[in-house]
Amino acid sequence: MTTVPLSERPVPQIDTSDFQMTKDEGLMVYEDMVLGRLFEDKCAEMYYRGKMFGFVHLYNGQEAVSSGVIKALRPDQDYVSSTYRDHVHALSAGVPAREVMAELFGKETGCSKGRGGSMHMFSAEHRLLGGYAFVAEGIPVATGAAFQCKYRRDALGDENADLVSVCFFGDGASNNGQFFECLNMAALWKLPMIYVVENNKWAIGMAHDRATSQPEIYKKASVFGMHGVEVDGMDVVAVRKVAQEAIARARAGEGPTLIEALTYRFRGHSLADPDELRDPAEKERWGARDPIQRFAQYLQDRGLTTADELAAIDQQVQAVIDDAVEFAENSPEPKPEELRRYIFAED
Amino acid sequence: MAETLFFNALREATDEEMARDGTVFVLGEDVGHYGGSYKVTKDLYKKYGDLRVLDTPIAENSFSGMAIGAAMTGLRPIIEGMNMGFLLLAFNQISNNAGMLRYTSGGNFKIPVVIRGPGGVGRQLGAEHSQRLEAYFHAVPGLKIVACSTPYNAKGLLKAAIRDDNPVLFFEHVLLYNLKENLPEHDYICPLDKAEVVRPGSDVTLLTYSRMRHHCLQAAQLLEKKGLSHDPEIIDLISLKPFDMETIAASIRKTHRVVIVEECMKTGGIAAELSALITEQLFDELDAPVIRLSSQDIPTPYNGKLEYLTIIQPPQIVEAIDKLMTDQV
Repeated sequence: MTTVPLSERPVPQIDTSDFQMTKDEGLMVYEDMVLGRLFEDKCAEMYYRGKMFGFVHLYNGQEAVSSGVIKALRPDQDYVSSTYRDHVHALSAGVPAREVMAELFGKETGCSKGRGGSMHMFSAEHRLLGGYAFVAEGIPVATGAAFQCKYRRDALGDENADLVSVCFFGDGASNNGQFFECLNMAALWKLPMIYVVENNKWAIGMAHDRATSQPEIYKKASVFGMHGVEVDGMDVVAVRKVAQEAIARARAGEGPTLIEALTYRFRGHSLADPDELRDPAEKERWGARDPIQRFAQYLQDRGLTTADELAAIDQQVQAVIDDAVEFAENSPEPKPEELRRYIFAED
Repeated sequence: MAETLFFNALREATDEEMARDGTVFVLGEDVGHYGGSYKVTKDLYKKYGDLRVLDTPIAENSFSGMAIGAAMTGLRPIIEGMNMGFLLLAFNQISNNAGMLRYTSGGNFKIPVVIRGPGGVGRQLGAEHSQRLEAYFHAVPGLKIVACSTPYNAKGLLKAAIRDDNPVLFFEHVLLYNLKENLPEHDYICPLDKAEVVRPGSDVTLLTYSRMRHHCLQAAQLLEKKGLSHDPEIIDLISLKPFDMETIAASIRKTHRVVIVEECMKTGGIAAELSALITEQLFDELDAPVIRLSSQDIPTPYNGKLEYLTIIQPPQIVEAIDKLMTDQV
């Protein structure tokens, strides 16, 4: 274990010793994390083999955040919005690996019909509001979904309307005006909103501490009278715990939460980034905190599973990904005569 | 028939559509308790509550994005730009999200949102409050752009825009809110994609929109006063995107001459695009070059005389028609 420099912010400790997790829940979360990791590894391989193009931003290292939050939602009901780093959020939200991979291949069978690409995964069926490629622009859209949830209950009188909206974004977005504007509105109107900032310490080459006067992002919630919490983003159990609390608060009409998950990306900003600015010692230190290995250990320590059972899941997931690649390879491209389709609602 | 002011026609449209469909709501700056800067939403909050007539903080980009998110998830928001110029602050959300998102998502989502408010040059409001954003937004794919010009079409078009499943940019004009007209008692809508032949004529086609429609009508009267026999056909474009090329072409096939009168700036304006289309599609029908009468390419000055000189006035339209008809072009 390398030493943590004094300048680095300590990782928050959340007591999860009493946290209840069944075997089924544990394995579901584990499988989702492995799916995220192996999917992204396959993306890197396919990118370098010339199967996908453009900017491809991988999520390796941050899986505990996507799986910890999204797997605590009601599948296909609650809303999720993401950024350009959206493949794994899409997978956690239930978009089949086939559709995400096919989108990356630019195929008609992709979740955005090959029109969106890596940074624009969408699925109405799985309530994925999309990947938004401009930093912070997804925050108002996700806030609008939360407004809609409140509107259904309070303006349309649907007492059962208790859905929530979750918005993922990075530390870079937390210095953008839309972040503050939306926190204000969400707190003002007590929207069922969960803002999840994945603080991986870096924008592209801009270190978080060089971009903000107050690096502890969760504290910015307090200005709006909003609940803010920091969590170890490499600990899926802790993330799931704070997510469940935030979701419960939102469903109960008690308003939004800002969750700051301290995490790290194990790869460069995108596959085009030479990643030369980050200190190798920093990468090594965070690499040693791999959230999947940690959770595998947790599950075994709790007697919820065995190494063999986990290995079997790894294999199943790999098979899903291999199948997704085959599906994407064999899928048709969009038809040239449909170039102009989907501009308007009637198309 | 009831005599109705322009702003009340818009208010009636909003009220009727909100009553008809619970998912329709209005949001924007001072739309609720204050009633809107031009009283288009006056007292609607009393009938529909604060959530359906939502006073927002002054955060155009974010409340526009919020409306888009609400539209994607099943509501039908009407965003009021207190002044359409303020929506420059929401340019990203309107172009990337309202305009492009349906396509980018491969048809996953539709965005039934109306973005409406006062545009145009008013009376000495200064440059920032005198923008004509229709030209700025013209290139954004996926948007419908409409400009209303009378109480009758304001009401019918707004109702149609609210019922449309696509994002509609809906331009009103700051100097038209007090026009009066007798409106039918019955429910009606006006199609969003149809131009209106305001004055039939045989000699020259005047293509115009918004307040310039009224300048063109004044020009027609001036022609008569001056004893000039030129007979202009005045067409109010209504739909700035897409253009109703059918109606436009039918007129040009009759007159073979075109003057486009607009309030936006000449460079990259509505007339620039329309003139190019006419030249591409109807070149053989033209007996003379297409004339553009546009505002000066300058920030709108505050001084009243300079402001008057910035936009097109009826005598300039008369002069252009006369030159065109006497082969001086």
